[in-house]
Amino acid sequence: MRLPTARVIEFWRAASDSDVFYSFRRSKLVMLSAAITLLFFIAAFGASFLAPHNPFDLASLNLSDAFKPPAWVEGGDPAFLLGTDDQGRDILSTIMYGSRTSLSVGFAAVIFAMVLGIALGLVAGYVGGAVDAFIMRVADVQLSFPAILIAMLIDGVTRGLMGADRHNESALLVLIISIGLSYWVQYARTVRGSVLVEKNKEYVQAARVIGLPAPLIAIRHVLPNVMGPVLVIATINLALAVITEATLSFLGVGLPPTQPSLGTLINVGQQFLFSGEWWITIFPGAALAILVLSVNLLGDWLRDALNPKLR
Amino acid sequence: MIAFIIRRLIQAAFVMLAVGAIAFAMFNYVGDPVAIIAGQDLPAEQRVELRKSLGLDDPTPVRFARFVGNAVQGKFGLSYRTTEPVGRMIADRLPATLELSIIAAAMALLVGIPMGVFSGLYPHHWLSRAMMTISLVGISLPTFLIGILLILIFAVILGWLPSFGRGDTVKIGFWTTGLLTVSGWKAIILPAITLGLFQMTLIMRLVRSEMLEVLRTDFIKFARARGLSNRAINFGHALKNTLVPVITITGLQLGSIIAFAIITETVFSWPGVGLLFLQSVIYADIPVMATYLVLIGFLFVLINLIVDILYFVVDPRLRSQAAKVGGAK
Repeated sequence: MRLPTARVIEFWRAASDSDVFYSFRRSKLVMLSAAITLLFFIAAFGASFLAPHNPFDLASLNLSDAFKPPAWVEGGDPAFLLGTDDQGRDILSTIMYGSRTSLSVGFAAVIFAMVLGIALGLVAGYVGGAVDAFIMRVADVQLSFPAILIAMLIDGVTRGLMGADRHNESALLVLIISIGLSYWVQYARTVRGSVLVEKNKEYVQAARVIGLPAPLIAIRHVLPNVMGPVLVIATINLALAVITEATLSFLGVGLPPTQPSLGTLINVGQQFLFSGEWWITIFPGAALAILVLSVNLLGDWLRDALNPKLR
Repeated sequence: MIAFIIRRLIQAAFVMLAVGAIAFAMFNYVGDPVAIIAGQDLPAEQRVELRKSLGLDDPTPVRFARFVGNAVQGKFGLSYRTTEPVGRMIADRLPATLELSIIAAAMALLVGIPMGVFSGLYPHHWLSRAMMTISLVGISLPTFLIGILLILIFAVILGWLPSFGRGDTVKIGFWTTGLLTVSGWKAIILPAITLGLFQMTLIMRLVRSEMLEVLRTDFIKFARARGLSNRAINFGHALKNTLVPVITITGLQLGSIIAFAIITETVFSWPGVGLLFLQSVIYADIPVMATYLVLIGFLFVLINLIVDILYFVVDPRLRSQAAKVGGAK
């Protein structure tokens, strides 16, 4: 038995020798976007410890703090670095909590879409025939509509089925499902394509010869060999899911103001744009833009680094 | 060629039928039409009567056939929210959305193609690098953020352009247009930029990469060897060959422009179909949602069909390929 630390060191040595790490170190832009993404993750998921104020603790809010401009503008308060909103909440803290919500929804939606897409892609590719034709037809039809439209439709239908009050309670879940359902196609197509190639290879035939059941072959043997492109799509889709969530929340069909994401914050702040309180909407907007841009850059890099054709 | 078009038409009909089935399911299984029309107080016998007179007791295939028949005639029932006929609500608001979409698409093409050509011809020029950086931002920024930024700069700080509405409109027959008045043009600038920016950056990047590709090919070298002027080569030969994918992408993007108009219309309170759809999602107004779905589905199918045929007409290679494999694409 080797010690765990030895294994970690060995892993790091292997990782730092790899081509992916080499291309990572070569690009300053990629390193910068990785640093920013990491910073966002720390700020978002550590919001309860790191945020200077708790914007959802009603006792700590003071209406006399409302509409304070950022600290460096005249009339600003150093306690509120990026200013405060109409209820006296610290913008920096709401951004941190909002990023947590945005990223959580994004991750959950991507995982949901990934699991659904992989499952359907595996079935379509491995079973073939009419099942394959049906799944891919549905995918084709869905692909010709923009994801945001599908997410909105699903949201509206659940609202009709559940009534507005219960809908608000389960808004988070509905949002995750509707974003997930609108992004599964890409995974299914990629997985199906790779499965069609993999399933004629010798290791699959060998597994079949020793009598393994089809689901086991598909999951244990084929799936690990088609995961590479899936993870690249997942990275790029994380940015898309965050944008979709923000857009839905901005339109007022996503998360309610009681559990705000970045999109909700921008939506709420937008009404103060004309009265001159620009910071309420511009800072969450900038945070969203920077987050999406860095995740996008990371996704692009990962795609190029893992794609041997481009090297 | 004809076999190809027929095949595409059958596919289009299949897609429309699928979209119709989803819309039909939404009409029938989300919310109870009787309860919505009659309210809570109606006695049970009259409810049964109403169900029968509305034809809700008929078998599902009969009801679906009736739904399709009505949809073809533009009859989609009444809105739950305003109790107006949905067909007319949408027809009233369609001109606003179509005008916005067409202006946005035109802007994307008229600005995007020249930018793409320039940065394809001079990839190392500082202006090209600047355009590439800006386009990366344009692709990453969500539509609604661009709208808010434009409002902040041009409406709040500078005060040059209005931030909401269509301005004055003129009615020509059933079509209300904002393109014949000065205030209408002023009102459309910011929404059109917001809506078209993403498409513009997409077209620019596409033209650029296609230009870079085409300029490396043998026939361009050959054209240079023949001593043709740079202008003839760049525009007569290179640009012409990049336009095939540009047509396809633009056509396909026109569909998503109409869908993305929902966001732009919300930011700018533009009185179009997208804003109507958003309100219907918030109020769970199923008839309007279902009708919008059918409308968008129809526009998408129509645009895809036109693009496919156009692609076929423009690119001679596809034609010979199709002849070989018997019309399949």
